[in-house]
Amino acid sequence: MDSSDQSTFEVSNLRVVRNGNEILKSISFRAAPGELIGLLGPSGSGKSTLMRSLLGVQAITGGSARIMESAAGSPALRGRLGYMAQSAAVYLDLTVEENIRYFAGVLVQPLSEVARVMDVVALTSFSRRLVSSLSGGERTRVSLGIALLGSPPALILDEPTVGLDPILRRDLWRTFEALARTGATVIVSSHVMDEAARCARLLLLRDGTLLFDGTPASLLATSEAPGYDEAFERLIEGSR
Amino acid sequence: MSLRRTLLTTRRILEQLRHDPRTLALLLLVPTALVGLLAWSLTNQPGAFDSVGPKLLGVFPLMVMFLVTSVITLRERTVGTLERLFTLPLTKADFVAGYAIAFGALALVQSLLVSVLSYTWYGLAHQGVPWRISIVALCAGLLGTAFGLALSAVAHTEFQAVQFMPAFILPQLLLCGLVIPVSHLPSVLRGIANVLPMTAAVHAITPLQSNEYYVAQFAIMLAYIFAALVVGAGTLRRVTK
Repeated sequence: MDSSDQSTFEVSNLRVVRNGNEILKSISFRAAPGELIGLLGPSGSGKSTLMRSLLGVQAITGGSARIMESAAGSPALRGRLGYMAQSAAVYLDLTVEENIRYFAGVLVQPLSEVARVMDVVALTSFSRRLVSSLSGGERTRVSLGIALLGSPPALILDEPTVGLDPILRRDLWRTFEALARTGATVIVSSHVMDEAARCARLLLLRDGTLLFDGTPASLLATSEAPGYDEAFERLIEGSR
Repeated sequence: MSLRRTLLTTRRILEQLRHDPRTLALLLLVPTALVGLLAWSLTNQPGAFDSVGPKLLGVFPLMVMFLVTSVITLRERTVGTLERLFTLPLTKADFVAGYAIAFGALALVQSLLVSVLSYTWYGLAHQGVPWRISIVALCAGLLGTAFGLALSAVAHTEFQAVQFMPAFILPQLLLCGLVIPVSHLPSVLRGIANVLPMTAAVHAITPLQSNEYYVAQFAIMLAYIFAALVVGAGTLRRVTK
């Protein structure tokens, strides 16, 4: 975030009003290449709306969101942002491989890329299984695999670790860290505060307001709390 | 628009159907069985099946493809795959054309199956040209697909999508000449019936008409297909408010 020309994401006074309700209230932040950012907050805090605004699929009421020097939703960004929605958003009546192959085709990626992402999300042995026969966690991994196709320079992942077992969660966070090390900007949302420790930087959201933007260590230090849950509670109380 | 992405979408839809043999069987075999049932029930009325049977070939693909497309497209909207696709370099035209080709191909197979069985096993002695019947069935399938795409935007649940069938298709079925000849309808209804797509499909199958007559019927069907595809593409929103 040292200089604006380095920013992958540049969000300024972003407002979203939906059905008369202000979902996001003047959100501003920047994210540089290589950052692994945790977007944390309780359900209904506006995390998904913020992510969808960055993708350009949610209409913005005010302010601006620029991604890699283009306005959110620009045709130039299509295929350069890896996206995983909160719902799996995959075809249940296709196999794992058919799903990933279709999206890889749309992105003009080779078949070797299909094999690579199946390996990353540990689904190679499930490649011929229909997605409808998979568990919720396995479907999430199919969705994540699609988001990883083509190693995009920016990833927006909406609660990718929900419902996964601890080992797989740990492995996925390692994957996110590895992606960030290659220079990708990764924004991962979660409503589980324990995941804060895995991020290099935190954005804490509540009722559409950004309560905190900083490192996990600085969150604990400024709030003088023993853990992330308590730190978040103190931030909320302090903001009232 | 990209032909490659369109055909990838077509292939994906056909793969989805391949994994759902029950739906595929219903799509292909139910119309065949229904026409067979009609032929059987009209056994004691010489010439009756020759008159009614071919008309059904213009009606079934429209009804079946309308239902299937509206439900499948609605699922794309509600499950989130459509939103995901629209974050990728896939245009609305790629998406709509992918559907139109997939279901058009299915309508063609359906019509060929029903036609072949009608002319052989069911004993159809129709004076019309068999290939024209297949083209009408293809157009009727495309009509159903195009209307299904357009109307899926209005439905919020699959149950609602199914409810559009009686609201949108049945009035056309009543006016298309299958139940009452169009010429016997009151003048206002006759005027409406003559510009409805299902009536055009039934008229295009009617034998022994002039070339101009057939051209007019195909023009009506193609105009509706084009208009419904444009409307269908227009209802696909990249951005939600």
